[in-house]
Amino acid sequence: MSANAIELRDVHKSFGKTKIINGVSLAIGKGERHAIIGPNGAGKSTLYNLISGRYPLSAGTILLNGEDITGLRPFEINRKGLSRSFQVTNIFHNMSVYENIRCSVLWAAGYRYSFWHRVGGLRDVAQRAEEVMEKIGLAGRRNVLAGTLTYAEQRALEIGITIAGGASVILLDEPTAGMSRSETARAIEQVRSVTEGKTLIMVEHDMGVVFGLADRISVLVYGEVIATGTQDEIQANAAVQEAYLGAVHKEIASA
Amino acid sequence: MRYEPLNLGRWVIWGAMALVFLVAPLVFSGGFALTMLIQMGTMIIFALSYNMLLGQGGMLSFGHAVYSGLGAFLSVHALNLIGKGAFTFPVTLLPLVGGLAGLAFGVLFGYVTTRRAGTTFALISLGIGEMVFACVLMFPGFFGGEAGVSTNRVVGQPFLGITYGPAIQVYYLVATWCFLSIVAMFALTQTPLGRMANAVRDNPERAEFVGYDTQKVRFLQLVLSSFFAGVAGALSCINFEIVSAENVSPIRSGGVLIATYIGGVPFFLGPILGAIIFIFFVVALSGFTKAWLLYLGLFFVTMVVYAPGGIASILLMQIPVIRARRLGELALPYALAAGAALVALAGLIGIVEMVYRLSEQGASTVLNVFGLSFDAQTTPPWIGFALVLAAGLVALRYASRLVGARWGAIQQDLLARRA
Repeated sequence: MSANAIELRDVHKSFGKTKIINGVSLAIGKGERHAIIGPNGAGKSTLYNLISGRYPLSAGTILLNGEDITGLRPFEINRKGLSRSFQVTNIFHNMSVYENIRCSVLWAAGYRYSFWHRVGGLRDVAQRAEEVMEKIGLAGRRNVLAGTLTYAEQRALEIGITIAGGASVILLDEPTAGMSRSETARAIEQVRSVTEGKTLIMVEHDMGVVFGLADRISVLVYGEVIATGTQDEIQANAAVQEAYLGAVHKEIASA
Repeated sequence: MRYEPLNLGRWVIWGAMALVFLVAPLVFSGGFALTMLIQMGTMIIFALSYNMLLGQGGMLSFGHAVYSGLGAFLSVHALNLIGKGAFTFPVTLLPLVGGLAGLAFGVLFGYVTTRRAGTTFALISLGIGEMVFACVLMFPGFFGGEAGVSTNRVVGQPFLGITYGPAIQVYYLVATWCFLSIVAMFALTQTPLGRMANAVRDNPERAEFVGYDTQKVRFLQLVLSSFFAGVAGALSCINFEIVSAENVSPIRSGGVLIATYIGGVPFFLGPILGAIIFIFFVVALSGFTKAWLLYLGLFFVTMVVYAPGGIASILLMQIPVIRARRLGELALPYALAAGAALVALAGLIGIVEMVYRLSEQGASTVLNVFGLSFDAQTTPPWIGFALVLAAGLVALRYASRLVGARWGAIQQDLLARRA
């Protein structure tokens, strides 16, 4: 079976009379690294919130591995193998780094709502959590309270929580938001390594960040995908140049 | 296989706790002390079960007495049936009946309350509390109306000489159940559900995105909590041999909230301390003064404002200082602050007692407080106590500044050493 990892069919979302997402259709194959770029207010985060079940759709269908997930709740979608991160860091602030990761491993490891296992004795969970901490470079910060981590560390933890459950489709919402140039380069390298062999969808505001990482890129402007293609195709696309840069210019002019 | 060392510290703590339960009635002998100990044991279970909601699950409930109270009602009827010989069941295991009854009502009401978190949960729990209280008065056939349902705990054949006639036997029954409940509730905090209850409390949104249905986490946490509330209800039924509408009343629900908060919501041991203090107020202080509820309220408000982490947080904050062997530096400031607080308290008590005495119709206005005899209708005692209160508050202000300064200096040193 070669169903797409994620498929959006004519997805719409309005808040009241305001149309945010206006008929987006998109198919992302398994194992693909796909970036969604676009200017501020294009609806990138909203699109994520629709895919991950945070908001209900106004119209359209979303398929995950060929299965209809439209209207499912976030935890149901997560259990089907889709995990997302947040643009604004969304971690368990009052827990240690290790506990943050452990919470994200528990469901996938099959312990569900168990109140008869001692969590400290779950070897498989502990092993997986250590593995993830190693991957995101926070192994040395194991027992530090998440709320007291540096910003870049919190962003890494954000990604750690997202991948810990072993989901096959990973959605990252501006993983490098607010980072310096050198931090960004490191973060992108990390994203590449932790999503090895998975389907990655990544929202980026800054086009430069995704070049070299993404197999294909979609450009979202005013709730519509105006182009999808490889890096070269996107760079050569006149409509993208005009719409994307035009929108940016408008943004600057209005600012 | 990795070798896991035996956690000696944990065994020492649990062992010490069991020992305290064992010898408490020997140290605090006498009928009144025993009455207090029994009620403290019951309240500890109730408060810990409440903290499974508030502390661990972030659910502020205003109706927790529903589960302990209904557990108590089911227990009292079970006990009466055993007494009539309808069936045989050891009284020792009656708390299981209460617990299962509490659990069943937890399933029923929890299904409604835990659909939402936060303020909505609090309001629905309040509504259900009021509703159950009203229903209990509406169906006197089962709930015994205003008078309640009374019972006799001495039923069936004595087992190894245990009849539960003497209070000391009731104490050891309560102590055993209390110890087992503490162990069980602590163990629950160490399970996947217990950890995810914390996660849902702190960040329900993220919990949903790592695969957890937050509603279900809250629901299961509440159901388990209701079981222990029911156990506490059954123990109070055995102890008092009567269960009435008061057992499910909003006053009880408020009481357990106050006890838990005073002890310290963020810590597992908090509610244990809170329950002990609360019962001291309710049982011991109420024998001395009619104003005990006012004192309890003032104490509660003071804790909410100045020590939101409860007594437990104050105690636990000292541990690093003790480890650094610097508690001695704080001894004098602490003693000064305590002395000042006592002076202020003396002034407050004088005024409160006079107010209460004057508000009482037909009572003599002559009081005996602190070995002093005075008439509340004359002015000098008012001025005197007001001055004592003012002096105490001023002294407390200076003393607490001293505590704060020393405390800050020590904390800075500790931080610097760690860095």
